[in-house]
Amino acid sequence: MEDCLAKKMEITVSEAEKRTGRNAVNIQETYTAYLIETRAVESQSEGQCAPVDSLWRRYSEFELLRNYLSVTYPHIVVPPLPEKRADFVWHKLSADNMDPDFVERRRIGLENFLLRVASHPVLCQDKIFYSFLTQEGGWKEMVNETGFQLKADSRLKALNATFRVKNPDKRFTELKHYSDELQSVISHLLRVRARVADRLYGVYKVHGNYGRVFSEWSAIEKEMGDGLQSAGHHMDVYAASIDDILEEEEHYADQLKEYLFYAEALRAVCRKHELMQYDLEMAAQDLTAKKQQCEELATGTVRTFSLKGMTSKLFGQETPEQREAKIKVLEEQIQEGEQQLKSKNLEGRDFVKSAWADIERFKEQKNHDLKEALISYAVMQISMCKKGIQVWTNAKECFSKM
Amino acid sequence: QDLSLPNGTPVDTSSPASSSSLLNRLQLDDDLDGETRDLFVTVDDPKKHVCTMETYITYRVTTKTTRAEFDLPEYSVRRRYQDFDWLRNKLEESQPTHLIPPLPEKFVVKGVVDRFSEEFVETRRKALDKFLKRITDHPVLSFNEHFNVFLTAKDLNAYKKQGMALLSKMGESVKYVTGGYKLRSRPLEFAAIGEYLDTFSLKLGTIDRIAQRIIKEQLEYLVELREYGPVYSTWGGLEVELSEPLEGVSACIGNCCTALEELSEDMTEDFLPVLREYILYSESMKNVLKKRDQVQAEYEAKLEAVALKKEDRPKVPTDVEKCQDRVECFNADLKADMERWQNNKRQDFRQLLMGMADKNIQYYEKVCGTA
Repeated sequence: MEDCLAKKMEITVSEAEKRTGRNAVNIQETYTAYLIETRAVESQSEGQCAPVDSLWRRYSEFELLRNYLSVTYPHIVVPPLPEKRADFVWHKLSADNMDPDFVERRRIGLENFLLRVASHPVLCQDKIFYSFLTQEGGWKEMVNETGFQLKADSRLKALNATFRVKNPDKRFTELKHYSDELQSVISHLLRVRARVADRLYGVYKVHGNYGRVFSEWSAIEKEMGDGLQSAGHHMDVYAASIDDILEEEEHYADQLKEYLFYAEALRAVCRKHELMQYDLEMAAQDLTAKKQQCEELATGTVRTFSLKGMTSKLFGQETPEQREAKIKVLEEQIQEGEQQLKSKNLEGRDFVKSAWADIERFKEQKNHDLKEALISYAVMQISMCKKGIQVWTNAKECFSKM
Repeated sequence: QDLSLPNGTPVDTSSPASSSSLLNRLQLDDDLDGETRDLFVTVDDPKKHVCTMETYITYRVTTKTTRAEFDLPEYSVRRRYQDFDWLRNKLEESQPTHLIPPLPEKFVVKGVVDRFSEEFVETRRKALDKFLKRITDHPVLSFNEHFNVFLTAKDLNAYKKQGMALLSKMGESVKYVTGGYKLRSRPLEFAAIGEYLDTFSLKLGTIDRIAQRIIKEQLEYLVELREYGPVYSTWGGLEVELSEPLEGVSACIGNCCTALEELSEDMTEDFLPVLREYILYSESMKNVLKKRDQVQAEYEAKLEAVALKKEDRPKVPTDVEKCQDRVECFNADLKADMERWQNNKRQDFRQLLMGMADKNIQYYEKVCGTA
């Protein structure tokens, strides 16, 4: 088992920079560029580090890469990109794409994306991915030359297949339902969490008002003055502490968001299966129809209603030579059809096998990552409580000296 | 009663104020030392009474004492808010030079607050208990006749009616609102008290608003938390390996909700009422300061009037002397009460704020424990 790229190469998205330039339709625009740094990991530690290579990429190039990977490896659950626009914001967070906090979180998300791809046993071997990391110029052209856009299935075709497929693998149907529900529950969770954060922010910040009024009150008191004044200071500390707490929580929200978007990737694999299965069913149906046609012509019996039958009745039977020719064409088509069906069947089974292997890998990754995320969330809550206890204990001591 | 000063000079006892304040100066100040305390009063056991005309609550008032002014060592009577209100008015009338503790607010907006809810009744009971304890601790007020009757009489209403009749018969107005006299300038020390009380009640008002705002924000936070927790449960239902940690988070959030509810309740029931009590206290104290001003104004006016009459009188007329007495007594009573008040205030707020800190600590400990 070949080592994945992540083990051979250090990859970071280390910086983000605002740029202006002309876009595809020659209009001036502002965008953010991200610096990707790579360095080969030396197997022998000689105390010398390999040189760092770097290049700049913007978000749209990441999107292009991901599209390429999704189309080229439809049986793989391709890691998602961080969100295009800020979503699930609460009032203090900005919804502006240019906001430095958003850019920073996006930088981390993009790095995470590259690391996920680089540690995937199949995806990491892709040449386009490698060039994305290492080749500054001409990468876009290289991607387009692969002609992957042509391979992409149309959305309409996929939708059609989803409705009409008769015998999809049950596991994929179940998986599709799971990813729908996962998407729904994580969205709900993120929405409520944003509101919770908003309210918690309010509670903490109002306590800051105590600081001011205790200070003013202490001015008219003799013995109580010092205690009030110092307690007020602790109230200020309390009010300020919420900023760091909620910043940490954003990281947790980002972890959940990744899996919200992963649900979409899961769905894409299911859709591909449905498409292939539908294709197969259509091909089989077509073959059966042709065989039937052939038989009817050969035996001269019309079993089912057909245009042929009608026209025969109207315009008279065709000549035996005509019939022979038709039968020959059909027999050729049937042979071709049987070959195609065989290969489609094989393709379908291969797809199911390799997709399911990747899905199992994904499931393990998801369980591991989310468990860790939940644990770290619990740890965050405990830490927040401990801070609260500390502040109020300090305030209590000040009050006791009144 | 024949009272005389230690040096033998007889004292004019026709003005109630001067007699009680003399008593005050002669008596030991025993409210600070628990061991010498000889009067204990408690308010508890609220009961609802449903009558044809109205529904109301009575509280049991229990007294234990060794004082000679009481016939029995123990009493237990039932009183309603009206009776406390009556007592307070009587005390204000009969002891105008002293600071009378406040009662919890009389009127409650009927639609908003349930007068018979457990929380409201309990909050009121605590305030009434505090009210009586403050009077009990006061070296002058605790010996007041009306207070004695309040604690001991089986039928308070009969006494009330009798008191009204007596008052109208005697026509004696114990009020010091002698009207028409304007004080030129308040002495520095009382001006300082006035200013202090102004700022003090202002700051308390601000703290009250902040506390209310916090409670409001906490309750809104609670609403969101109540939706947040169950979503984790729902998710847990979808998963296999993750269901345990997800359920765990859900349960933790649930506990957080309970703890938060308790914190908000405590603040509403224990913290806010005490703040409001002190604001009311400040208001009534400012009124006492005004009365003092009136008394001083009357004295100064009369003194001036005498000075203008160029008759040679060997001594100062008695009614001017009386006024001087009144002023001096009032000032002395007020100063003593202010000192006592400041001390009690410091202790009360120390306890109140420490209590607030404690409740917050407990909240975090509860949440921490389940996380």
